[in-house]
Amino acid sequence: MTAKRSQSKKAATPTKSAKRRVTRSAPPKAGFGDFMKQAYAMELEAATRYAEFADQMEVANNREVADLFRKLAGIETLHAKKILEQMGWKTPPADLAPFRWEGLEGPETGEHNDLHYLMQPYHALQIALRNEQRAAEFFASIARRALPPAVLDAAREMAGEEREHVELVKDWLARVPKPEKDWDVDLDPPNFND
Amino acid sequence: MTAVAAVAFTPQSYKSDVKPVWCPGCGDFSVLSAVTKALAKLELPPEQVAVVSGIGCSSRMPAYTNCYGFHGVHGRALPAATGLKVARPDLTVIAAGGDGDGYSIGGNHFLHACRRNVDMVYIVMDNRVYGMTKGQPSPTTEPDWDSKLSPHGTGLREFYPLVIALASGANFIARAFAGDPNGCAELIGQAIRTPGFSFIEVLSPCVTFRPEQRDWKAMAHPAAVTPTDDPARAARRLMTDDGFNIGVLYAGSRSPYRPQQAPRVKPAELEKEFAL
Repeated sequence: MTAKRSQSKKAATPTKSAKRRVTRSAPPKAGFGDFMKQAYAMELEAATRYAEFADQMEVANNREVADLFRKLAGIETLHAKKILEQMGWKTPPADLAPFRWEGLEGPETGEHNDLHYLMQPYHALQIALRNEQRAAEFFASIARRALPPAVLDAAREMAGEEREHVELVKDWLARVPKPEKDWDVDLDPPNFND
Repeated sequence: MTAVAAVAFTPQSYKSDVKPVWCPGCGDFSVLSAVTKALAKLELPPEQVAVVSGIGCSSRMPAYTNCYGFHGVHGRALPAATGLKVARPDLTVIAAGGDGDGYSIGGNHFLHACRRNVDMVYIVMDNRVYGMTKGQPSPTTEPDWDSKLSPHGTGLREFYPLVIALASGANFIARAFAGDPNGCAELIGQAIRTPGFSFIEVLSPCVTFRPEQRDWKAMAHPAAVTPTDDPARAARRLMTDDGFNIGVLYAGSRSPYRPQQAPRVKPAELEKEFAL
């Protein structure tokens, strides 16, 4: 059997969505509580998506990346819980309206489209980096609006936290090997259509 | 402290413990997510929902939800779903499948499900290829799609499911994009709430056999027109459609078919018909 690239190189390189997707913040309603609900929804959506990614990688027997996505899901879940605690919400709010974003999805949510069954931790962290960058910009954009001071303060604080996360992911990225040129070559590819 | 209402159902409430075996990156993950989000939004208890399918990658959907499910015969999702809804009108019935299952093997059932207008939702995850069987062209494959299994393409004109659905009598017709699971969820929610046969075509990329479909995210766009209940206007729109208009393209007001609950004929009377 001839070794071949598992999918077209252009399609297999999971770097496109950051360029295309500009997730603008949906205009938060007036109150601080609404803003925090939105922040919670964002963290929850991100955590759910990372967990889905981890499941996909587990099924594809890509354990290393599965573990990484699972870890990222855990981190986002902690962020969501932190908001619950901060707000004194004993249960998640019911009216999160998961369809609230002006962009296709929440700013911190990775796209299914970016996954590849042979992807490596480097690729997964690139996805995380883009998500954190979008999240930082999301909160920064809210902080620039004419909104109540409590919302602006919280938005600034969260933008700062997301910027810290960007740096943490960058550090993490520096510790994982960069993929070799032929990272997506599969000796037993599912696709013989090229 | 802000008082908030407790959540009744979350998308997780509808997911089973079975992990999908779709290829990483497959659009069907988003559709599954959209279905669960829509059900949560509508606060439908899982035991009041049934997901029915035929055969194919996307037809694995029932296994991945913890609603009632029926993973049936190739192309026969709609007859099974129709029978279920007629017998149990209290259930929310969602039929799901792919373009090969729904438009080729099940093509005739598609026409008549639209015509009958039984109150249910039919979600077709269209990736324009038979993925489960390794990449043969499907009814919606472009005529010039070149592959080892169809050198130089089939040369056959594509099937236009939305046009067919309108002509056959579907009461709600929409197109969604898997790359927009929240928008997709919203459309599924609308479809569930709309009485009659609701058809949603979801552009759901097959990253394995049609990796070029990753580019759909740059091509899908919201439909520039408001939904219409005028079939003639909808027909004009659909006939000039670029295949990437996302949104509700037709929402009619035809009454759904509901069989009489009580049998019209007593068994004894029927027996008389067969008396020798």
